[in-house]
Amino acid sequence: MELIRLTKVRKTYKTGVTAIQDLNLSIKKGQFVFIIGSTGCGKSTLIKMLYREEKPTAGQIIVGGIDVGKLRNGKVYKIRRKIGVVFQDFKLLPKSTVYENVAFALEIFGLPKDEIHSKVIKALELVGLKSKIKNYPAQLSGGEQQRVAIARAIVNGPKLLICDEPTGNLDKNTGMEIMRVLEEINKLGTTIIMVTHDIDIVKKLQKRVIVLDSGRVVKDYAEGTYNK
Amino acid sequence: MKTLRIIGRNIRDAFKGVFRNFSLSFASISCITITLIVVAISIILSDNVNNFTKLVEKDVTIVAFIDNDASKEKIDEIKDEISSIDNVEKYEFKSKQDITSEMRDSSEVFDSIMKNWNDEESPIQNTYQIKVTDIKEIDGVANKVKKIDGITLVKYGEGTIDSLISTFEFVHKLCLGAVVALILVTAFLISNTIKITISSRQREIGIMRLIGASNLNIRIPFIIEGLILGLLGSIIPVILTIYGYTSLYNHFNGQLFSPFIKLIKPVPFVYETSLILVIIGILVGMFGSWRAVRKHLKI
Repeated sequence: MELIRLTKVRKTYKTGVTAIQDLNLSIKKGQFVFIIGSTGCGKSTLIKMLYREEKPTAGQIIVGGIDVGKLRNGKVYKIRRKIGVVFQDFKLLPKSTVYENVAFALEIFGLPKDEIHSKVIKALELVGLKSKIKNYPAQLSGGEQQRVAIARAIVNGPKLLICDEPTGNLDKNTGMEIMRVLEEINKLGTTIIMVTHDIDIVKKLQKRVIVLDSGRVVKDYAEGTYNK
Repeated sequence: MKTLRIIGRNIRDAFKGVFRNFSLSFASISCITITLIVVAISIILSDNVNNFTKLVEKDVTIVAFIDNDASKEKIDEIKDEISSIDNVEKYEFKSKQDITSEMRDSSEVFDSIMKNWNDEESPIQNTYQIKVTDIKEIDGVANKVKKIDGITLVKYGEGTIDSLISTFEFVHKLCLGAVVALILVTAFLISNTIKITISSRQREIGIMRLIGASNLNIRIPFIIEGLILGLLGSIIPVILTIYGYTSLYNHFNGQLFSPFIKLIKPVPFVYETSLILVIIGILVGMFGSWRAVRKHLKI
């Protein structure tokens, strides 16, 4: 079943730079997709449009049945609640504990305390950080901080997890640990789209790989076929 | 239940926001405190001056002295003429006998001098005591009374009253103007201070947006935070108003310079003023936050 469909999408920034052009793409539920390409090829613009940080200039983007491009600023939260996003720089609240950082995403929706607690603990268990719930981000390693960010992204049970170079700031081993966590989440049914520069990871995991160049899809490798 | 939980979370987050960013919160609180102290002084001054004006207005009486040779009919005629003058609120006839006995009652010296006077010898005159509806019209009324046949003299503290009233009115207006100006300036200052607070928390707002917080979800804790800052900022001004004004009142025995100028009684005045200060503090804090956070919601 299709989760994401992009039809003839174009994105031109106010500066006149066209980051994405005439892009068609379909991603099914439960897939794990890597998006790769050289710097400036439009990877980040593409995923920013998926969670509606950017609006397409032309074309249509449907995510989970919502026409993302047509969402007004005040309604953006509707799509964000269905998507988890993980960044290279983690984006954690430095003055909140691990537990608070993850619970934050649920508290906004007014869930009962017990429910929040059990969901937060479950998410932290999944990323292997249950023992550090009282720590502050500064007391954690880079890999641990990224795992907190992943826990926060999945705690709400999103259908889609978007990862923007989640291993970019981490060493190889830690990066692989993060990938194991992401694979685990994928196995539980969450669709994952991950932008990365790390070809080793892409080769190792053998998932679907979309290669972008100058804002266009130049290659689309099915699962198990990428072997650069 | 869900709404209650959201409200509870917002209040808790707002308190967290105040204390986790304490240095900036302290700047906002200090800003509100200082301004509210000045606002409190202005309100106290303005209301007291207004009170003085009312007291003066209430006390000011035109005394029209009637010729001692005037007959009873003539006195009635004078009464009719006074009643036909515009801006006369009320008038009262006081006979020389009434005035004499009042004076004798008020002082032993007067009593010993006046007790031997008979009606023929007494220099005291019959009078009409006239109150005006509008103190500004007192000159006009006095002039008209002066022209009535049978009136020998009209007295009302002319000149002094006029300048006193106009001085009071000027001070009252000045204070009110200062209060309004101060409120506007504080709202602007608070808005800027909170803007700095919020700028330093732009990351937090960005993350909230990212995980699906609606604009209202984001804005409400900040607005409550503004409310808390306003509330905390009004504590010292309220204490100063309640204890400061009460001790000032007691120090001056409730009157300033003369029994003529009475201060407003502390209760309920200090509580009313405190309530106004708290409301100003809260509104200014909330408005400042609302204005500041608006800018950051277009992510």
